Amino acid sequence: MTDTVLQTHELSKRFGGLAAVSNVSLELNVGRIHAVIGPNGAGKSTLINMLSGDLSPTSGRIVYRGGEITGFSADRISRLGIGRSYQKTNIFLGFTAYENCRLAAQSRLPSSMRFFRRATTYHRVRDAAEKALAQAGLENRAGTLASALSHGEQRQLEIAMCLATSPKLLLLDEPLAGMGAEESARMVELLKSLAAGHAMLLVEHDMDAVFTLAEVLTVMVNGCVLESGTPEQIRASPAVREAYLGTEDLAHG
Amino acid sequence: MPASRALTIALFVGLVALALFPLFGDKYYIQLLTKIMIMAIFAMSLDLLVGYTGLVSLGHAAFFGLAGYVLAMMAPQDAAASLWITLPAALGGAALAALIIGFLVLRTSGIYFIMVTLAFAQMLFFFIHDSKYFGGSDGAYVYFRPTAALTGVQLFDLENFNHFYYVVLALMAGVYVLLQVILRSPFGAVIVGIRTNEHRMRSLGYPTFRYKLVCFVIGGTVAGLAGYFNAAQFGFVNPELLSWHQSGIALMMVLLGGMGTLFGPVLGAFAMILLEQLFQGLTEHWLLVMGGFIIAVVLFLPHGLYGLAAQLGRKREAEND
Ligand SMILES: Nc1ncnc2c1ncn2[C@@H]1O[C@H](COP(=O)(O)OP(=O)(O)OP(=O)(O)O)[C@@H](O)[C@H]1O
Ligand SMILES: [Mg+2]
Repeated sequence: MTDTVLQTHELSKRFGGLAAVSNVSLELNVGRIHAVIGPNGAGKSTLINMLSGDLSPTSGRIVYRGGEITGFSADRISRLGIGRSYQKTNIFLGFTAYENCRLAAQSRLPSSMRFFRRATTYHRVRDAAEKALAQAGLENRAGTLASALSHGEQRQLEIAMCLATSPKLLLLDEPLAGMGAEESARMVELLKSLAAGHAMLLVEHDMDAVFTLAEVLTVMVNGCVLESGTPEQIRASPAVREAYLGTEDLAHG
Repeated sequence: MPASRALTIALFVGLVALALFPLFGDKYYIQLLTKIMIMAIFAMSLDLLVGYTGLVSLGHAAFFGLAGYVLAMMAPQDAAASLWITLPAALGGAALAALIIGFLVLRTSGIYFIMVTLAFAQMLFFFIHDSKYFGGSDGAYVYFRPTAALTGVQLFDLENFNHFYYVVLALMAGVYVLLQVILRSPFGAVIVGIRTNEHRMRSLGYPTFRYKLVCFVIGGTVAGLAGYFNAAQFGFVNPELLSWHQSGIALMMVLLGGMGTLFGPVLGAFAMILLEQLFQGLTEHWLLVMGGFIIAVVLFLPHGLYGLAAQLGRKREAEND
């Protein structure tokens, strides 16, 4: 049995009359990638937003390393070691790629209420930022303004910033979307290498990548869990086949 | 020549010129420059909020005025108050007010933030305006300038307009350097990140409210420093010092000079007060001319006078190549 890092119990989110996420219970463990897939509007991003504290759940509980974190603020959750990336790129466009990662890494100082020493002279912060940039394949773009990066590179930077905060648990919302084939393949390798030391929830539409990486899959439709299990179980599930019929082909994954 | 070096040279030349000015200038202009430099400190403190943290405050004069009132209330009628007691008290008062007001207003953002900062400043304005203790709408006097004497030794004499000038010049330079250092620190990186994308700062783990509050307190305290010396210079405080009009003047200096540059607000303070003098001498409709000038700068120079200077610098550099 692997160590459970995070559990959700009957987690739900309503937006007015819309049940975006309904009674989702799942478990994330160190050393294995848990993929959440489903059609557009299934509630995948909303689920991540609740785990990261960007949204507070309407009902249900979130337990992280044995303690309840339901409704905690996003910054507190981040400091507990839960890092996330955004589906819609959410970076500091006016800063260089390096400065984006440096700022992310600086958040791991015990406090940034430091007023006199230059921010750029903290070596631990610098090392973490450089490492994250290299991991995401951006080491040659460190000095480039984020706004001048290509769309794919901005997606890489989005991941690099998440990594720069040294999270124990990664919540990745479509990390491969918008990346070219080469970067995508590289990112898959990176995620694979990260799996050993981290717990990871991966939302992704690229089924090849999902079936390469994930040890556990949860399929969501209309906010509900349709099926959960190993890749083989998901592939064989008639319900999943039906939900995906005509839209995407799971069989060759 | 890189832009940062050009700026360093410009700063140095400006500082030397200001330092030498009292050797040639007459009393009227020395006192005018003193007033400008006090306003420059005030404008820099607002730029920290508006230009760097993205907090557009229309109530910043509350801290400027409050510190002046602390001095006026503490100063005896028949002797000079001690600088070493009244200045810390004024700064402490401004800081405390900024802490309390900031705690309440920083829960809002955007247009609501502008409105509540304005509302709080107006509340303070009317509180002082309507209370006998503070002298009501007539204000209050500071009969003697604070004395810097400490155990018999007096480093400088604020009653001497030359000394006053140099003290304010040193403070302006000191505030510039202090804010520059703070902006390069981890704290500075956080507040600039908040201006750019507060949501992402939170998801990176920064409790942004706390940082904004500390920034608001720093800005309020520095505004208090300016307000204290303003009251000391003119020997008089009135509720107008806390009014939204006063906040608006500082905001215009920031916009005129170029926000988010620190040097810009200093330029803005000089430009605004000197032009005011100029237009005042030319026409009785000088307020209209002044207004037109500011509109023109904001429309055609989005980065203010500082942006214009930087642009000209780059052009010359290109021609020299
Ligand atoms: N802040 C919000 N307010 C109202 N409705 C929302 C909000 N966020 C999401 N929704 C709705 O909730 C549902 C689930 O959205 P969500 O973004 O979680 O889907 P998703 O599975 O991530 O889809 P995609 O694959 O397109 O990213 C959608 O119907 C969406 O319109
Ligand atoms: Mg989504």
